Amino acid sequence: MAIEILMPALSPTMEEGTLAKWLVAEGDKVSSGDILAEIETDKATMEFEAVDEGIIGKLLIAEGTAAIAVNSAIAILLEDGESMSDAAPTATPSSVAHAPSTTKVPLPVTAPAPKQGNITEQNLPEGTTFKTQTVREAIRDAMSEEMRRDETVYLMGEEVAEYQGAYKISQGMLDEFGSKRVIDTPITEHGFAGIAVGASFGGLKPIVEFMTFNFAMQAMDQIINSAAKTLYMSGGQMGAPMVFRGPNGAAARVGAQHSQDYAAWYAHIPGLKVIQPYSAADAKGLLKSAIRDPNPVIFLENEILYGQSFEVPDLPDYTVPLGKARIWREGNDITLVSFGIGMKYALEAADRLSKIGLSAEVIDLRCLRPLDTDTVVSSVKKTNRCVTIEEGFPVCSIGSHISSVLMQEAFDYLDAPVINCTGKDVPMPYAANLEKLALVTTEDVMVAAKSVLYR
Amino acid sequence: MAAKKTSKANVSKDDLMHFYREMLLIRRFEEKAGQLYGMGLIGGFCHLYIGQEAVVVGLEAAAEDGDKRVTSYRDHGHMLACGMEANGVMAELTGRSGGYSNGKGGSMHMFSKEKHFYGGHGIVGAQVPIGAGLAFADKYLGNSRVTFTYFGDGAANQGQVYETFNMAALWDLPVIFVIENNQYAMGTSQQRSTSSAEIYERGHAFGIPGEAVDGMDVLAVKAAGETAVAHCRSGKGPYILEIKTYRYRGHSMSDPAKYRTREEVQKVREEKDAIEHIRDLLLTGKHCTEDDLKTIDKEIKAVVNKSAEFAKESPEPALEELWTDIYAQAEA
Repeated sequence: MAIEILMPALSPTMEEGTLAKWLVAEGDKVSSGDILAEIETDKATMEFEAVDEGIIGKLLIAEGTAAIAVNSAIAILLEDGESMSDAAPTATPSSVAHAPSTTKVPLPVTAPAPKQGNITEQNLPEGTTFKTQTVREAIRDAMSEEMRRDETVYLMGEEVAEYQGAYKISQGMLDEFGSKRVIDTPITEHGFAGIAVGASFGGLKPIVEFMTFNFAMQAMDQIINSAAKTLYMSGGQMGAPMVFRGPNGAAARVGAQHSQDYAAWYAHIPGLKVIQPYSAADAKGLLKSAIRDPNPVIFLENEILYGQSFEVPDLPDYTVPLGKARIWREGNDITLVSFGIGMKYALEAADRLSKIGLSAEVIDLRCLRPLDTDTVVSSVKKTNRCVTIEEGFPVCSIGSHISSVLMQEAFDYLDAPVINCTGKDVPMPYAANLEKLALVTTEDVMVAAKSVLYR
Repeated sequence: MAAKKTSKANVSKDDLMHFYREMLLIRRFEEKAGQLYGMGLIGGFCHLYIGQEAVVVGLEAAAEDGDKRVTSYRDHGHMLACGMEANGVMAELTGRSGGYSNGKGGSMHMFSKEKHFYGGHGIVGAQVPIGAGLAFADKYLGNSRVTFTYFGDGAANQGQVYETFNMAALWDLPVIFVIENNQYAMGTSQQRSTSSAEIYERGHAFGIPGEAVDGMDVLAVKAAGETAVAHCRSGKGPYILEIKTYRYRGHSMSDPAKYRTREEVQKVREEKDAIEHIRDLLLTGKHCTEDDLKTIDKEIKAVVNKSAEFAKESPEPALEELWTDIYAQAEA
């Protein structure tokens, strides 16, 4: 019986890919393990191997086709003696439900990327144009621009150089800056984080990439005890001007040890600055400011956001000051406060609320330390209601801190208790349905919003 | 302490006098710190360096201007040996504004950018990658500097030490790993905590050369330091010195030191003491008289007493200091 060969998922977060090259032709006999095609994912170009034996009956997708959804048929494999006419007529490119539909991961926004909220956008020069860029490209550009600007800035981490970045963030940087400044480390987070702290004491401005912040727990002592505290302990004589960056929070289906949002952990520590951007423009502008900042900065990225596009000001030196929230949309009925990928749920909820005649003000904190509580407090004084949204665990979360600030600074303005929408208080489960339950959702935000609006 | 004493040949009177003075300063300073601790003027943890003086004094004699050093919490000797003022160190111990960290660091966390002293680190072993990082910066910037990275036999069992050995060797970093083996990791003897008798041999696994040194002989330490410095400065990468030494006092002021006998300590003091060794060389070589040494003793005592007075009189930090130095301000 003819078999449909399906577009494979080659990374945890891959939704679609490009069929870069066919390595077989129609009529070719293939056996299991033969390489059928090269497929380009958001992270890398991968070889795709045959599982079954047979003869290539038809190539359904032309070489070079982009945006092929995972699980769509890309070729038909015939058994010995079969011909294409034996193949089922349903063999057309389509999404195939080989697996239960619950294995679909919660996908990021499929709608066109939202435009920048321009309300608290710092003054851009008149006539500033924008270019569409992914968060991934924005982060790379920020690093590259700063490395061109300052010889003492360098990048170190696992697979940042020759591999071009585990998540392709540093693609091309080795070529431009050479192995002196784009440095592959052994798998030794504690050690290289400490070396980078020492290098920062010694006059350099290291950018340390953690393949994910889950692995940064191995380096926690150096981040907290050495990087964050030395300026204070030295009476101001020396500190650690450096950036620790990498993906943070849940990706998709990678389980408990690889899916945690550390925003609240780092935000707890005096001496650190903590950033978690949502848009590409903020990723770029904030990372450039972080690299220039004379303090240790934790820059929390999100794997699911890497591939998403936003409008980025097309300026030679676009920076965003640390410690300022961005108001993405103005509203009067409720304040939704979030950061990072939580913004996706906040903005979706705001859309849904507007359809039932309620206007939500959506604040992207962007920076968790220093935290722009003024913007939140003044918004809540206007709307009298607040829901916070984040992916992290609920206990001692960013949201619980904001609730406390609102209790102290806007108590008389609150018409309802502040509700914190967070990830559930459980280690991240692997099963697709449970993972979906564990993450914060737009629906959670809607329920909370309606509750504080007494709807 | 198997390594034999080096010959006294080629050592000038001036060098011997200098070593005597420097080691004695550390010892008297530490004795005074112990006294102030007992009086409640120094709080928290206070780790004295008494017995180990020859290590830093010997290595500082091998260092050049601009070379860097970083160590653990047993750091008073390192600071005095690299030229930091006794007043500032003692005032930090008492938590006063005249201290090197304005009273905000304490015994275990002191720094001097001016003297290239990068701490004073309270977490066992954490200074090891930091030292390699300082060397990384020097190599990156093209400075011909070396970094002395001190740690103890206890820290030598921390994983990050070997992560650092690997990278230091991989990248040929100009770092000298100085294992101050005083034979006890707090209360646990090397024998009970460490699989290898010669810790420096662990460097072999990474291709890092090293040697054991008699740490009670300042001349041997200096000679080994010179070998290590020459190796590093010529671009050959890291070097390990395992300096066998002994601390006479407990791990910290609150350590009753029940894990070893009084006799054991006494034996080292009588037979191996580094200061007595130099004193003997000075007197038997007729470089000076007992009276000359007494004069030095008096001078040192005066410096130490002055530092204690300063540390008592220096005001506590202003209350506003609580909120300063948390973040550096960007230069305009």
